[in-house]
Amino acid sequence: MTEQTLTTLTWLIPAGPLLAFFLIMLFTNRSRTLSWLIAWAGVFLALGLAWTVAINAIAMDAHHLEEHPTIVNDAIEWLPVGDFFEGTWIELGVAVDPLTSVMLIMVTFTVTMIFIYSVGYHNWGAPLGRILGVPNHLQEEPLLSRFFAYMSLFAGGMLMLVVSGDLLLLFIGWEIMGFCSYSLIGFWYARDYHLEPGDIPHIPPRKAGIKAFLTTRIADVVMLLGIVFFYTVFGTLNFAEALSAESLAHAVMTVGAVALGIMSLLIFAGTVGKSAQWPLHVWLPDAMEGPTPVSAVIHAAAMVSAGVYLILRIFPLIAVGMGPEGAPVVGFIIGGIGAFTAFMAATIAVAQYDVKGVLAYSTISQLGFMVAAIGAGAYVAAAFHLITHGFFKALLFLASGSVIHGMEHGAHEVHDHHTDPQDMRFMGGLRKKMPATFWTFLIGGLALSGFPFLTAGFWSKDEIFADAWHQWSTDGKILALIVFIGLVVAAFLTAFYTMRQISLTFLGKPRSPLAEHAHESNKFMTVPLVLLSVFAVAVGWAGIPENLPILGPLVNNNFFHHFVGATVHETLHELYELHLVDVEIITLPFNPTPLIASLVVALGGLFVGWWIYGRKPLKEGQRDPLERPLGPLHGFLNNKWYWDELYQFLFIRPTVYLSERVVYEIVDKGIIDGIIHLVARAVFRFGQYVKRFEEKVISDGVDWLKDQFLSIAREFRFLQTGRVQEYALISTLIATALIAVILLINFGWLARLFP
Amino acid sequence: MIPLSWYLLVAAALFCIGLYGVFARRNAVAILMSVELILNAVNINLVAFWRYMTPSESTGMAWAVFVLTVAAAEAAVGLALVISVYRNRDSVVADDMDLMKN
Repeated sequence: MTEQTLTTLTWLIPAGPLLAFFLIMLFTNRSRTLSWLIAWAGVFLALGLAWTVAINAIAMDAHHLEEHPTIVNDAIEWLPVGDFFEGTWIELGVAVDPLTSVMLIMVTFTVTMIFIYSVGYHNWGAPLGRILGVPNHLQEEPLLSRFFAYMSLFAGGMLMLVVSGDLLLLFIGWEIMGFCSYSLIGFWYARDYHLEPGDIPHIPPRKAGIKAFLTTRIADVVMLLGIVFFYTVFGTLNFAEALSAESLAHAVMTVGAVALGIMSLLIFAGTVGKSAQWPLHVWLPDAMEGPTPVSAVIHAAAMVSAGVYLILRIFPLIAVGMGPEGAPVVGFIIGGIGAFTAFMAATIAVAQYDVKGVLAYSTISQLGFMVAAIGAGAYVAAAFHLITHGFFKALLFLASGSVIHGMEHGAHEVHDHHTDPQDMRFMGGLRKKMPATFWTFLIGGLALSGFPFLTAGFWSKDEIFADAWHQWSTDGKILALIVFIGLVVAAFLTAFYTMRQISLTFLGKPRSPLAEHAHESNKFMTVPLVLLSVFAVAVGWAGIPENLPILGPLVNNNFFHHFVGATVHETLHELYELHLVDVEIITLPFNPTPLIASLVVALGGLFVGWWIYGRKPLKEGQRDPLERPLGPLHGFLNNKWYWDELYQFLFIRPTVYLSERVVYEIVDKGIIDGIIHLVARAVFRFGQYVKRFEEKVISDGVDWLKDQFLSIAREFRFLQTGRVQEYALISTLIATALIAVILLINFGWLARLFP
Repeated sequence: MIPLSWYLLVAAALFCIGLYGVFARRNAVAILMSVELILNAVNINLVAFWRYMTPSESTGMAWAVFVLTVAAAEAAVGLALVISVYRNRDSVVADDMDLMKN
């Protein structure tokens, strides 16, 4: 395929879903069936185009790719800036390189699966639900058209972000997704919870949406500063131009590598918000208030990946910023935040009862893995984990949605509308009731915990460990060791809570009438689960390291590593030669330590989880077996380290106090209103003077004038006799007199006076 | 041949009769008729002057035709006004049409 064709196809990738959004919103929103069909058409179109482009990229020669990683790079002039006639434009462009290609494959596939799933999840074909803005269990969602419209807009935004060739289009896609996230979290806008002690805490979806939007907004403002800084330094927003080795070396000469480090930290702030890293992770668990397909696509597979994708995009910039010339603290901040988030979220997930809550914290934790890997300079490992995680986390979320759906079915049958169908304490024994969901959830869960050799999660986590360990053992980087230890502990906890979740949900006997009467979900939901579980396993095989004994030589090409590594291989190599970075895309030699670590933590975590929760499953009403031994620590974890409460105390309450007491009472009512009242009083006084002037001078003067005219007119009114003939007589006499005068002037004695 | 001045005298007499009628008659229809007399006096003047002074050109004749046309139009409009006034005020006496008095 020619480059021209590829460019056109790339531009068209986001068009399908975006078009579907407008079609549904403007025309077909009255027909729910037609709306989801259009949404499907949009994503299937995007899937076809994206995979065509990606497969074209994959088919290219590997060495050629290393030399020229950017396969497509096209831009249109969008916004004239500065002197219009000088022709300086801010451009809007698309680009495709190996990283884009693998993202396109992952994003379009998971999004398509989730679109298919959503039709079943919202009970299409069942009797129509009556109440708007709340979940109608086992009834068709009345706002199905709106749901698919926003999902299509989201998919368009995400694809726009993935194919963007510059920070501007990326930021546009980023913000579209932010809006869609807000509107889809709050999709059930009328839902309210009546919580009793012991229930899982929920906040109303509309508030969760606002929380997510505001939290990410804080990050986006900082990120926008970073983008402006980027433009100031490089004079362009295009990735390929700005982040080439020459451009970066030039920037180091002009502004210095430390400035680039600050720039990358500013942009990284966007990642902290979007990918829910500490300290801005608090929005993601509450984002689970949205419908489960939304949680799957936006808050697991696609949107939160965008943050990591962003720092992968600007990786050369980060590498220079934290390189030998730059500030090591940049790496410590990024890697530290990632490792800490991975660890913290994993501990919280251990003590959650909400089936989606566990997955939410697991998502935060896994995103922490990726961010930590970036901080440690493990570019390919981060990208690999991003892709595998996208597949298996979408799978896990959809499977958990299927579990909730089954539980709601049970709730409907036994007429129990208080028990929370998401509470794992009321589940159990669903293995028999929902076999397809169980097996797919098991596959996803094993992939998440990194079950050795078979699942995708194992290979991607192993690569992060191997990279970190390599950098510690050869270069002696402290950061790499911190990342390694933090992630190993987090990986152990991951395996543990995954096994806990599987045991609580599927094993043992049903612990409530809801679970007793649960049913397997419909085909719309189970088919995407099966398809995703294939990928959750198989994607990992694309990245088996070639230096691994036995399996490595057997497969013998670490395809993913070479393909995605080609994106920055040449750039990093050139920068390495210039002593500006200290990381390179290299094929690691085999080292048993990280492999053993990853084997031990995955199998160990799964085993401990099974030992505590699976060996003798919980009975109805039994408490969590970890509650006693952990003591107050369990409450601390269950309450999510009290971050929400801390932020409430540190930021929200002072802000509310400041705005109510200080800004409203003093600034607004006192100063601003005072000035306005002062101005009003002055104007009023002036107006009174004007009024007096008007009354005394203008009005009276005009009256006097009028009186004068009136009295003169009164004198002359006798002239108006009203007799036509008198008027005629007078005018005739005057005319005659005039004629006489003229005659006399011309011929008579008056002629002498006017010679 | 009859001298020009005779015609002018006839015209002047006719003009004066018309003028008298315009000023003295009370009936609006009669006033209109007097106006017609004045116009015809003018016509006589025009034709007479043409015939005696510039017989080679037809300007005087043309003027007379114009005056006749205007007179006809004026009679039509004037009578319509008189009828309208009669319908509204039950009178065709000029002195009664004094809405604008004082």
